[in-house]
Amino acid sequence: MLLTITTTLTPATDLGFLLHKHPDRVQEFSHAFGTATVFYPEASEQRCTAALMLEIDPVRLVRTRSHGSPDFSLSQYVNDRPYAASSLLAVALGDVFRTARAGRCNARPELAARPLPLEIALPALPCRGGPELAHRLFEPLGWEVEAAAVPLDDAFASWGDSRYVTLTLRGSLRLADALNHLYVLLPVLDDSKHYWIAPDEVDKLVRAGEGWLAGHPERALITRRYLGRRSSLARTALARLAELGDEVEEALEPAVAEEAVAGETALDEVLASETWASADADAAPSAGDPASATSAAVPVSSAPASSVPVAAEPEDRLAAAEAPTGKPAPLNTLRREAVLSTLADLGATSVIDLGCGGGELVGALLSRPRFTRVAGTDVSPLALTIAARKLKLDRMPDAKSARLTLFQSALTYTDKRFAGYDAAVLMEVVEHVDPPRLTALERVVFGHAKPQHVIVTTPNIEYNVRYEFLTGLRHNDHRFEWTRQEFAAWAEQTATQYGYSVRYAPVGEPDPDLGPPTQMAIFTLGPAKEGSDD
Amino acid sequence: MTEVRVPELSLVVLVGVSGSGKSTFAAKHFKPTQVISSDYCRGLVADDENDQAATPAAFDLLHHIVGIRLSRGLLTVVDATNVQYAARKSLIDLAKRHDVLVDAIVLDVPEEVAIARNESRPDRDFGAGVVIRQRKDLRRSLSKINRDGFRKVHVLHGLDEIESATIGHDLAWSNKKHLTGPFDIVGDIHGCRSELQTLLSALGWQPGREIDGRWEPGTEINGTWHPAAADALTGTPPATPASAAMPSADATAVAPTSADAPAAALTGTHPATSARATPPADATAVALTSAGAGSAGAGPAAPSADPRPEVHWVDARHPDGRTAVFVGDLVDRGPDTPGVLRLVMSMVEAGRAICVAGNHEQKLVRALNGRKVRVAHGLQESLDQLAAADESFVARARTFMDGLLSHYQLDGGNLVVAHAGLKEAYHGRASGRVRSFALYGDTTGETDEYGLPVRYPWAEEYRGRAMVVYGHTPTIEPTWINNTICLDTGAVFGGSLTALRYPEKQLVSVPAEQVWYESVKPLNAPGYRDPGTLDIGDVQGTRHIETRFLSRVKIPEENAASALEVMSRFAVDPRWLLYLPPTMAPPETSRLDGYLEHPHEAFEEFAAAGVTQVVCEEKHMGSRAIAVLARTPEAAAARFGITDGSTGSVYTRTGRPFFGDLAPLVDRLREACEPLWKTLDSDWVMLDCELLPWSAKAMELIRTQYASVGAASRTALPAALSALTAAAGRGLDVGELVDRTRRRDSNAALFRAAYARYCWPVDGLEGVRLAPFQILACEGRATALEPHAWHLSTLGTLDHPLIAQTRHLFVSLDSQESRDEATAWWETMTAAGGEGMVVKPAEHTPGRIQPGVKVRGREYLRIIYGPDYTESLDLLRRRFLGKKRSLALREHALGLEALSRLADGEALWRVHEPVFGVLALESEPVDPRL
Repeated sequence: MLLTITTTLTPATDLGFLLHKHPDRVQEFSHAFGTATVFYPEASEQRCTAALMLEIDPVRLVRTRSHGSPDFSLSQYVNDRPYAASSLLAVALGDVFRTARAGRCNARPELAARPLPLEIALPALPCRGGPELAHRLFEPLGWEVEAAAVPLDDAFASWGDSRYVTLTLRGSLRLADALNHLYVLLPVLDDSKHYWIAPDEVDKLVRAGEGWLAGHPERALITRRYLGRRSSLARTALARLAELGDEVEEALEPAVAEEAVAGETALDEVLASETWASADADAAPSAGDPASATSAAVPVSSAPASSVPVAAEPEDRLAAAEAPTGKPAPLNTLRREAVLSTLADLGATSVIDLGCGGGELVGALLSRPRFTRVAGTDVSPLALTIAARKLKLDRMPDAKSARLTLFQSALTYTDKRFAGYDAAVLMEVVEHVDPPRLTALERVVFGHAKPQHVIVTTPNIEYNVRYEFLTGLRHNDHRFEWTRQEFAAWAEQTATQYGYSVRYAPVGEPDPDLGPPTQMAIFTLGPAKEGSDD
Repeated sequence: MTEVRVPELSLVVLVGVSGSGKSTFAAKHFKPTQVISSDYCRGLVADDENDQAATPAAFDLLHHIVGIRLSRGLLTVVDATNVQYAARKSLIDLAKRHDVLVDAIVLDVPEEVAIARNESRPDRDFGAGVVIRQRKDLRRSLSKINRDGFRKVHVLHGLDEIESATIGHDLAWSNKKHLTGPFDIVGDIHGCRSELQTLLSALGWQPGREIDGRWEPGTEINGTWHPAAADALTGTPPATPASAAMPSADATAVAPTSADAPAAALTGTHPATSARATPPADATAVALTSAGAGSAGAGPAAPSADPRPEVHWVDARHPDGRTAVFVGDLVDRGPDTPGVLRLVMSMVEAGRAICVAGNHEQKLVRALNGRKVRVAHGLQESLDQLAAADESFVARARTFMDGLLSHYQLDGGNLVVAHAGLKEAYHGRASGRVRSFALYGDTTGETDEYGLPVRYPWAEEYRGRAMVVYGHTPTIEPTWINNTICLDTGAVFGGSLTALRYPEKQLVSVPAEQVWYESVKPLNAPGYRDPGTLDIGDVQGTRHIETRFLSRVKIPEENAASALEVMSRFAVDPRWLLYLPPTMAPPETSRLDGYLEHPHEAFEEFAAAGVTQVVCEEKHMGSRAIAVLARTPEAAAARFGITDGSTGSVYTRTGRPFFGDLAPLVDRLREACEPLWKTLDSDWVMLDCELLPWSAKAMELIRTQYASVGAASRTALPAALSALTAAAGRGLDVGELVDRTRRRDSNAALFRAAYARYCWPVDGLEGVRLAPFQILACEGRATALEPHAWHLSTLGTLDHPLIAQTRHLFVSLDSQESRDEATAWWETMTAAGGEGMVVKPAEHTPGRIQPGVKVRGREYLRIIYGPDYTESLDLLRRRFLGKKRSLALREHALGLEALSRLADGEALWRVHEPVFGVLALESEPVDPRL
């Protein structure tokens, strides 16, 4: 809600010219979501401070979100927007100081062109990644950074720090650059996906990032977060049900990657001309490389799985197979390849992907003509929407779409549509099921659908120690991860109960002691006995 | 005059050339909706009834419509020429696919009549050639149409016969819907005559015989008729059958007193002192001794060496006019197949019993008819026993068994009896595969390790409303599976003989007197247990759920889709998830200065609805919790089918378990609820509660949402204030902004205080409290319908550190004093930071009256409406309650429906349906602040 810009230039009041706002006036600017006020708490020859205060009306904020979008969640009404230096403040800043951002000042052109002693203060900056990330983002730009975490609640010390940081930036920079840094980095630090989505973000980013973004070491994180905030798919129902159960919405999000952010390709093209570094640490960091693992650690803990090339599971960004040289293929790719080649070896021609997520395996199956019938099913309507988009279902030729069935189902409910396939694939699915509900899944898949083959892949928890920065399980929604022994025990028991035989295969380069990063079991229905009369 | 009789549910195929008068005939004898004509279908697909190019498409459509009608059980008449075999064949196949009978009615008119009729119709300009050709086809057909596969071909020759013909409808053979019982349905007997007599006696049947229309009580002893002494059989109340309410199915064994009834009669003693609940292990001994000693109710006395008198019932009747129903397999394996047949045949012939065919009757008849059959599975015993019987009896038995039908629909279609059960699509149908299903059941085509066919678990998939009762597969204990039950408890294998009383749903069983035949498969193999499997069809798509409280509730497809995701990813086992709480609306918005909500509106609302007494209950502001508790793991297994040793669950409004490991909470809560087992006379209970503190469950939500707002506001507002103060010091005009910011600063402090009040640290269960305020259900009762005074006083007896009591106040709405008292109570409570209270009618009130409204406190509402809501009350007063209130009513009806279905012992999917519906409706977008 508050941003102050101080300069000790002489005369300091020239700041008024540069900002195009007179130090002795109080000016109001109306926005759809509230009112921005610019005033000067101090304005002397030695020191001049401009304050931008944004008052947000949460009720108006909801109404501006989108026409006809229904009320769905309390977080729309009770949120930090009226207090925090959020992406909304960036929007107001971009607007109120538009000319200054462009570096134009007819009255003092030479001042606009040269670095000035500046101090910028943001009392409550939402900062996903903590003070440390604020340092990482601002210091490379020439700022001296002072960032202190705000405690969540003084009376509950055990609750720890809030996501807010009291930030002070000091440095000698061009004012226009300073404003553009804020304009881009406030939303990046905020990293909130609920509020404010503009259609032309890519252009804005390119313009505001001119001259500094291309060389920024955290460029990948900045662009991904800046654009990744845009979630085009409504999650209203999930948000409501989350609140109903006293949960946060993120806790209910399905483990699925959303489609490529529209415009990202265009951005790549524009920025390619600025000779962006080609070594993208984020795309496929390897476990052994501390630098890349560090850069990946932040999005793993905080970013929603929402942009490409981020895969469905954050673990896939953590590491793939160990390879001393060159880039290893991501684990999710290796896993998909392993499943595909196993299916081919089994001679399966019809396959159902149970828990298909965003449809990566389904797409791969469809691209191989040997699979004449392919089904993808998931419990999440959101996942299915993403899969349909990624597969370009609406433009798929008849001959291809005739091979495909995509539908919502739940693996704890028997379903006739599961039956009639040579093979069923449960790729990284069982670990998303609460252990007490696994017996229902077993009954539904092995007892009712009863395909000739069932392929199950799941993380090998023993391997997790190889992921230097991983704490806990590989995904928030994982209810468990198994050791090789636990997996085998489950598989043997299930196979015996339902008349299957089972064998195992590693996915990814196995560690001699820890085994492979992903373990795979291949179940095959035992030979049927001869029937006889009663 | 010819009467053409067609089955009530059948496909009627009209056959005749163009112009033979089929449409006129159909219109005269059938409802317009029953007749599907090819001309009409041709018109639908071509805009021209005579466009011959559209014929294939027209027949596609015709077959489609006919198929849908037949699957829905509707008599259908096909009006097309059908003069060619191929056309008829495809219709016969269609009927077979839907397991209905198919009749043909041939209209054979003179060629010139048909030609003349066509000529008089301008739309039929195809000339005489067509008719002549069709007539040639018909002639060829008529000679062999009887072999087409029609049940019956009715040929009407000439105009007169067609004109005068009438149509009659035959009931399906299986249709005995007019019989409404009450019934005593008896499981597989397999020649166990003595056990049958004992069971019938336990059910209150009395032996005797009918002579010249007169009933003479008595039995045959050692081959000689012995009339019963009047006092022994008329003055004696029937042995009270041990009853077991479904679905716990713990039918109590009744000691066999009946076998000695005649003996008692002879000695003039009363046989009424039946020993109850004799353990099966002793039962055989009891039977042998009591029969041998000839004294009733002797208990396990010394075995007698005397030869047992052969007491045979030749016929039986029930003093209350009950009807016995035998599920088949009367014969084979056991000691006295002829004796069983004699008794059952007399009862059936006299109309006091009905009997369906079992696979063993089927095979025995074939053997008796001299067909080659493999003699196995106890057939030899029957053949040997019948060989000793006299020939006329064998002939009678053969006719009887040959004439048995495979299934009956009884009691208006609410009860279906078939030997091996019957899936819903086959009820009332007739075809080879229906008969085969009813006789042998559904098999997977595989065999198990004992060489017996593996049965397909059709009952698990059964979703019909009719109760299906059957036998065929021996189990230790009869178990209800989706409104179906198997009564074969392996009497001949030394198990017991079981009957089901309908409509009482009581199970009565008597132990076998001995192992008469060794089972290939050990009878003590684990019995089949309903795994509680739910099918996607139970919940997916747009659904209309019938409730007894608010008629039908519609669940839109997209809501069901969201609920499916949450339910299957996060919810507890559906066998615990037997209820979800409905949403609750606030009262009309208050106009009082400073308030959005106030008790006044709540009282007014209920008073206007005619409610005189309400209860005000303190709202606890924790997390809503539903607790299901079983007294023991055994009770959990018996009632809920949960066999992993757990004894309960505590879950949230979305069905999610409260803690990763629920056992400690469940154990402690069970300890706290100990007094309830006795009070409720139940070994399980379901409670509606609030779990405290809020922070125990909602910590993450508090951190990311509420405390974050607190932290941001507490940091940003003072900074803004100091900047503004400095600006004001410079003489800038920021006065209004300063005031506003100052007010917001103090609002932020109040907001922080509002949420912090509901947070306190917990360590494991230390600090967690549970406030139960309603007893939702216990065995056989949907106690949610009880008055709130009962709930509060019953729960008030729980004295345990875990339990928080719910403060409450009853209010007489016609007393202003009483209202004022409650309002003052609310003021005090909310001023101290309480969330507020819920106002409910003191007793369950049917109709469209809110089951309760929540009146929330002024400070609490900051959490809901934001720290500064008090600044814009006028704007916020414009809130719309209609949708929320409607949802509250619908969800409440669904919740009560789930509890009522649970109390009625309905199948899991039936309980799950409304529970799922509540979750689905909760995903409906409404103003979340209400």
